Amino acid sequence: MSAKTLFALLFALLVSPAVWAGLNIQHWTTPQGARVYFVENHDLPMLDVSVDFSAGGARDSRQKSGLANLTRHVMGLGAGDYSERDIAEKLADVGAVMSGRLDADRAGFSLRTLSGKAERGQALSLLGAILSAPRFDAAILEREKARVIAGLEEAATKPETIGAKAFQTALYGDHPYALDESGEVDSVRGLSRDDLVAFHRDHYRAKNMVVALMGDISRQEAEQLAAELAAGLPPGEAPPPIPPVSPADQGMERVIPHHATQSHLFMGLPGLKREDPDYFALYVGNYVLGGGGFDSRLTESIRQKKGLAYSVYSYFMPMEQMGPFQIGLQTRRDATREAVDTARAELARFLEEGPSEAELAQARNNLIGGFPLRIDSNKKILEYLAVIGFYRLPLDWLDTYSAKVDAVTRDDILRAFRARVRPEAMMTVIVGGQLESPAK
Amino acid sequence: MKRLLALLGLTAAFALPVRAEIVEQTLPNGMRVIVKTDRRAPVAVSQVWYRAGSMDESYGATGVAHVLEHMMFKGTKEVPAGEFSKRIAAAGGRENAFTSRDHTAYFQTLRKDRLELALKLEADRMANLVLAPEEFAKEINVVMEERRMRTEDSAQAKLYEALMATVFQTHPYRHPVIGWMDDLKSMTVDDARHWYERWYTPNNATLVVAGDVDPAQVMAWAKQYFGPIPARPVAERKPQREPEQIGMKQVTVKAPAKQPVVALAWQAPRLADPQADWEPYALEILAGVLDGHASARLNQSLVREKRLATDAGAGYDGISRGPAMFVADATPAEGQSVATVEAALKAEIARLVKDGVSETELNRVKAQVLAGQVFQQDSLFYQAMQIGEWTTAGLDYKARDTRYAKLKAVTADQVKAVAAKYLVDDRLTVAVLDPQPMPEGKPEMARNPMGAGHVR
Repeated sequence: MSAKTLFALLFALLVSPAVWAGLNIQHWTTPQGARVYFVENHDLPMLDVSVDFSAGGARDSRQKSGLANLTRHVMGLGAGDYSERDIAEKLADVGAVMSGRLDADRAGFSLRTLSGKAERGQALSLLGAILSAPRFDAAILEREKARVIAGLEEAATKPETIGAKAFQTALYGDHPYALDESGEVDSVRGLSRDDLVAFHRDHYRAKNMVVALMGDISRQEAEQLAAELAAGLPPGEAPPPIPPVSPADQGMERVIPHHATQSHLFMGLPGLKREDPDYFALYVGNYVLGGGGFDSRLTESIRQKKGLAYSVYSYFMPMEQMGPFQIGLQTRRDATREAVDTARAELARFLEEGPSEAELAQARNNLIGGFPLRIDSNKKILEYLAVIGFYRLPLDWLDTYSAKVDAVTRDDILRAFRARVRPEAMMTVIVGGQLESPAK
Repeated sequence: MKRLLALLGLTAAFALPVRAEIVEQTLPNGMRVIVKTDRRAPVAVSQVWYRAGSMDESYGATGVAHVLEHMMFKGTKEVPAGEFSKRIAAAGGRENAFTSRDHTAYFQTLRKDRLELALKLEADRMANLVLAPEEFAKEINVVMEERRMRTEDSAQAKLYEALMATVFQTHPYRHPVIGWMDDLKSMTVDDARHWYERWYTPNNATLVVAGDVDPAQVMAWAKQYFGPIPARPVAERKPQREPEQIGMKQVTVKAPAKQPVVALAWQAPRLADPQADWEPYALEILAGVLDGHASARLNQSLVREKRLATDAGAGYDGISRGPAMFVADATPAEGQSVATVEAALKAEIARLVKDGVSETELNRVKAQVLAGQVFQQDSLFYQAMQIGEWTTAGLDYKARDTRYAKLKAVTADQVKAVAAKYLVDDRLTVAVLDPQPMPEGKPEMARNPMGAGHVR
């Protein structure tokens, strides 16, 4: 047992035992190789299930961007014996709710159902068919392509999506994280049924699947249920890891004209991996810089002192490979330069001096004191199970969370921020009213 | 519109293992306190609801309810500006507030052993707000930024703003909650003070606490902190009843966008008497038949089969202080006209009026109601929110159980009857978003179109 683990245990026992009595995460692997994470809880007669695959937008090529998204989406529109109409009606008949999700790393489905045998049985048999036997009906595919394209065209009028996309491109260049998960109008137009069939075959495999289960079933039922979900999936290995990101050495500023009454700022660079030794130093430090809402310096200086923005924030988005660090805000056109300069000055000050001891204490108090709120519902617990499973985080990740937050020092934060957030490498995208050339 | 499902709620067809208990008391100063115990997690939610929303505003001062909500974080005699949020944050809490047409509510979620702090701070700002002019001068700019973000730069938001302003001819629901920009520009700290003095009194407020708490202890704290605040007479509320609509209305919004949108809104009754009313329940079921799931009528017909629209939906919310609406909307698919899609929406309504709904459809919607009743118990916040909304709308929250029984009792004939009675042209307002080209053109975006998905 390492000193750190020992400390975590002591901390957990001494500080507030009631809060820690909580999560007993059970983990196993199905015979087909799917990893399962389960918390048994019988308070409410309901069950939440999620299944995730390493089959997100980062698995797309530039020529076929949007394929991962469309594959996941059309999977739910007809599978095995069930038409798309059957799927929706049979879910509704038992009051179950299914939804899909996709980001650069993950693609999956979540299902919320009553836990009675008949209800959950019907809902899960639909999910099983969707995973293992999607029809990819050609006419439905064409219809959904048109809907995705309509969405892309509408989004292309909005400053927030224009900026997010240009920012993503600036940060990730040729890396697949640069791709828009919804694809491009031209790439989506070119996708065929064969593309979807192949993408499904190559990615929706048991060895690439993480099942999270939360709620009113027994361990034995959970084992059977997970095995059944994995049973029909094609054999084969999980895909290789997503390639590492090589951040640019030199940043740049790009201004995109737009008619909106507000300018939108996107500023940052690739910053943090999900499994990263600096995770807690950056997470706690960012609370002080721009993650802590009204506790943060960015909100204090830009919103509270100057009234320049309704929303101003910074965040690290941990991903399989380095996800973005971003500072963002929206401000009226004629205040663009002042707001951007203020944000830059706050970042420079933070990199120079780091948080004060008082600010660090405030961050710790909030993050540790608020820990019970992170796991106070089945829905939130399911989300943690899915993340812990997908990114192969330690099973005691939640148990050690508070001790790790508590252990972060000012020096840790300064060192980690200076290593990751290099001002000369920052990418800046401004969409809106600052039409003159950038300062340099 | 999916919110509708969230609103449909609960009934006890099978025994629920966690049967929460509710305790209620009215303090001598008129403040209502409602405590719901739920011991699933060591957490408590506190919400203070004021029966004052944008519907209580006057011309020239629209948006003041929401501006005051912002100012409630700007300091009291004892707790300086910004300190409220800092103290809640230091206790590990999350907090915020929201303003609607009907109410303004302030909430904190904390570890159960920190609840007292929230009650103490809420009581303080109910009575002792400072409203400093220099704080107001900054905050009104923040609110204008909020309006720019939510409304000015969103063609779709402008459409719904115009829709509401057209549906209601006199009722203050015609004003946007955030206020008209011109009213925000001319607002003063005295407007905010006037609002605070008019409505922020214990006899116009309800405290709702939910979570792993001891109700007797919560009541004791409520008496200790809110009890000493004297009641003041609540200002007279003029009825401002919306006159009978005397013909169909139409409004067009031209704004930069790609896709048009067509929205139909019919004036409809709200839930006034949970025991005696049946029409609002039938309207809720009707909304479920049209848009309760992906194969419900509108999506199945307009999007999936006829491919006239990329999206189509419907909704009805009968829990309100003022008049209710039944809404249906759709986004025409590429190459389809607004007129075609509007006609298709109306054709689905006409089919309902003519042929009614099948028992299968009806049972499907009811199964969703039943499940929703269980699912919503997963959220402590939502449980408190529902009690607050009902109470502030003048409804007895205890009647929620009646409501589920009434929803289950709705018949196919009743669904048909409310469609025939309320979804008629004389009650209808049609709003159309007429998309305009981007003023700056599409320089580089033409080659490199911008997408919807992004890493966040």
